[in-house]
Amino acid sequence: MRVEAKILLGLGLFFGLMCAVYWNWSLENAGGVMMFAAMLLCFLPGGYYYWWSRRMKARPEDDPNATQESGAGVVGAFPGTSIWPFTLGMGTFFVVLALVFGIWLLVPGLGLVFWAMIGGTAEGRRGGTH
Amino acid sequence: MTDVLNPPVHIESPDHGHDEHHGPTGILKWITTTDHKIIGLSYTVTAVIMLVIGGAFAEIIRAQLASPNGNLVSLAQYNELFTMHGSVMIYLFAGPFAFGALANIIVPIQIGAPDMAFPRLNALSYWLYLTGAITMLSGFFVSGGAANFGWVAYAPLSNSINTPGAGADLWIGGLLLTGFSAIFTGVNLCATIFYLRAPGMTMFRMPIFTWNMLVTAILILLAFPVLTAGLVMLYCDRHFGTHIFSVAGGGVPVLWQHLFWFWGHPEVYILALPFFGMVTEIIAVFSRKPVFGYKGMIFATLSIAALSLGVWAHHMFTTGVVLLPFFSIMSLLIAVPTGIKMFNWIGTMWRGQVWFSTAMLMALGFLFTFLIGGLTGIYLASPPLDFFTHDTYFVVAHFHSVVMALVLAGMAGLYYWGPKITGYLLNEAIGKWQFWTLFIGSQVFTFPLYILGLEGMPRRVAVYAHDAQWKALNDLSTLGAVIIGVSTILFVVNVVVSWKKYPAGDNPWDGHTLEWFTTSPPPHHNFYRLPQIRSERPTWDYNHPGHQALHHGQHDEPSQPAPEAPVS
Amino acid sequence: MLTPALPPQGATVRARRWRRLRRAVALPLAALALSGCTVPSFGASPGATSSSKSVYHLWQGFSIGAAVIGALVVALILYAVLRYRRKGDRIPAQSQYHLPLEVLYTVVPILIVFGLFAATLVVENKEVSNPKTNVVVDVNAFQWGWKFTYPGTNALVYGQTTQNPEMVIPVNTNVRINLSSSDVIHGFYVKAFNFSRYALPGVLNQFTIRAQNTGTYFGQCTQLCGLYHSLMWFRVKVVSQSDYASWIATFNNPTAEAAAKAASKTTSQQTASLVPSKPSSTKFGR
Repeated sequence: MRVEAKILLGLGLFFGLMCAVYWNWSLENAGGVMMFAAMLLCFLPGGYYYWWSRRMKARPEDDPNATQESGAGVVGAFPGTSIWPFTLGMGTFFVVLALVFGIWLLVPGLGLVFWAMIGGTAEGRRGGTH
Repeated sequence: MTDVLNPPVHIESPDHGHDEHHGPTGILKWITTTDHKIIGLSYTVTAVIMLVIGGAFAEIIRAQLASPNGNLVSLAQYNELFTMHGSVMIYLFAGPFAFGALANIIVPIQIGAPDMAFPRLNALSYWLYLTGAITMLSGFFVSGGAANFGWVAYAPLSNSINTPGAGADLWIGGLLLTGFSAIFTGVNLCATIFYLRAPGMTMFRMPIFTWNMLVTAILILLAFPVLTAGLVMLYCDRHFGTHIFSVAGGGVPVLWQHLFWFWGHPEVYILALPFFGMVTEIIAVFSRKPVFGYKGMIFATLSIAALSLGVWAHHMFTTGVVLLPFFSIMSLLIAVPTGIKMFNWIGTMWRGQVWFSTAMLMALGFLFTFLIGGLTGIYLASPPLDFFTHDTYFVVAHFHSVVMALVLAGMAGLYYWGPKITGYLLNEAIGKWQFWTLFIGSQVFTFPLYILGLEGMPRRVAVYAHDAQWKALNDLSTLGAVIIGVSTILFVVNVVVSWKKYPAGDNPWDGHTLEWFTTSPPPHHNFYRLPQIRSERPTWDYNHPGHQALHHGQHDEPSQPAPEAPVS
Repeated sequence: MLTPALPPQGATVRARRWRRLRRAVALPLAALALSGCTVPSFGASPGATSSSKSVYHLWQGFSIGAAVIGALVVALILYAVLRYRRKGDRIPAQSQYHLPLEVLYTVVPILIVFGLFAATLVVENKEVSNPKTNVVVDVNAFQWGWKFTYPGTNALVYGQTTQNPEMVIPVNTNVRINLSSSDVIHGFYVKAFNFSRYALPGVLNQFTIRAQNTGTYFGQCTQLCGLYHSLMWFRVKVVSQSDYASWIATFNNPTAEAAAKAASKTTSQQTASLVPSKPSSTKFGR
């Protein structure tokens, strides 16, 4: 966890320095704002990882001497199959087509999107199919 | 949902314990799958189809330019063709092929994970990519034709007065969809790499390909939101009467270029880094050596990522409204980590056992082609030389050298990892023909374009009637494009000819990384068992005990046992 | 674990390696020195203005660097793949790090980069400087043509696509160009000047050229601007200073003036509101 945090914090630090130099030198706002936002976007997860890395003991994947047995147990819950990504994708497709061909396409689009959101959430809670 | 346990505990033998037996079959299986390998294969097939479509556009463009006053297509059609050629190749082929197709398949296996961290999000990424591609290409079938403002869509040319048609809106819509697809893949890759590594797979034991994909994912997360925001602004300008990019309403057209290139230049590295990673793996495996300067390589990748956010305006030197020295030095500095990579690749081959398989030949072709593209890129980082060559064919030649190098690297990746996913090798003889046509075609195609650019031929012109002397060089370039087309056909022929013909075995290349430890194709959750991970080459360490990587000054122990025969 | 130790012959091996490396670097440099003053053009040409010649020399400098580095890398790759091609199933020594070498090929490129940057700055500062002058041309780009007006005179040249409007400027004189666009972004590019600059709507881009050779040079829009982008041509005619004065004088003839006005009427009406009257407030890069 420590290395992950350091990568993100390091990148954020570099973007911050670059932003300071650029903004002061050029007085151009668009690039300055974007670099500043890039710095924040690195600090956000980087800070989170760093905060956690100080409060947890090294995971098996951070331990250079770990054996496969030290990682025994549940890795995570993975769905076997799910129809909801496809439903959500098609809903989003219709929403985007509504931008081009007319607002009425939002009806099937948002319908599919909400259906998929509810279905996908319920699947996650219930355990779903596999 | 299935709780996936670590392999040693969960599954004893390949014969039971799978979900795939009682899942849906046929097209429903394809639609409902969340298996990263099947999603990755869908990505691969879709991206290769996009490569063929974009390539077909390129062939029409080159045929038009074969004569100074060509009338194969009209001026309007020509604008649509090169816009869609660039868009298809950048948005729909190169990126998705790298981080959708190969990363999706390979990264989880390389770090010993059972799947991506968010399998359903992964499936959603694919559907957004597919529908985005359909949306963008459907511009050809609406009145007014497809988008025709160049793949960079500079405002105010892209506003509703200059480009009124639905094709432009479909282009924006398609980009929004593929943009979100990329962002979700980026999130997924980061989470997978941070949370699903196998025990002992520390960050500094990850294969270079996985490292490069991590950095790519971070860059995606930093860059793509900016593009998406820009597209939303562009859409609002077109339809809701805002004047963000229009002078008449008090807006600033150059703002679009800032937004676009703040995404666009990191995008160059989002495209390139995955292919750098593939080449690194391939060169190391086919030289039978560890990656030379492994840590330096990672440092170089991270420096490229860090610098890539500070160079966007080198695309805007000739606007006259950007800070030239800052962007010049930042752009020049990127040459340093890129050079480190080049020397590390050479160092990997040095004193190795270089095996000229098709994958390795493609990787070597990448080295030469990328060297040309990289060196000509240095010129463009210098504002005076950029003023000289900007928007001429020199720039076109420069980035086509780079992207043809990436195509070579991508083909290397397909020849190298294809057997792992399908279980079958491709024909090496046809593969070598494909390599030579692709490699020679790329040089014949790009080299005349450099000269044309220096002679002053601008890009994006359908005719060059005022200087008919350019015809000879254009014809040569067209010939190169035809040779590249032949190589693409050879690839398709190879896939057909080799279909389920040459079983690959689990480890055909004596590979280094975890994907070569599992079966070909890997089982549903990738592994029946994992080796002990003590370096970035767990499979190699397992197969060749006593041949660990050495530091400078270290030497093999004298009482070295005779090396065993390679696996294949 | 393995103990780090240098073999006794390490020093001589390294010395031999160094000699070989020195020879590899020295040869192309020597070849370059022998070719002497005739530095190849590397595809570019000196052009017709004072800054185009500086750009040309910068181009040559970059090209020499690129050629040397490119040749070195190609030689290394070819040597590696030919010398170390697979000869059997022997597993080669698994060497992975060589810190001094890695530092070398990090530090040397950084030095080269700063050298290139210094050379860049010299030429760039020359190109973006705007010395005082009294010959000023307002260049206005529009879809799809060019309008050249000469403030303080009646001179006006206007033409669309292949009509090739001709911008006339005096030789050996600093000429200030005020570049603007009335609709979308265009690119003002004259090959013989080794220079291009965007014509941006809402921005007045200024630069100075000093032509050193008389002649007529082809120019073209380089930034995609819509349907007739391919045909948005113009010419720059560099004439002697006395010819320039008499050319300007022809516009004082009332009939010529009326004709020019009539020609420009259509565009000037539609563009008047979009062309800024003074340079934009950008302070950087110049």
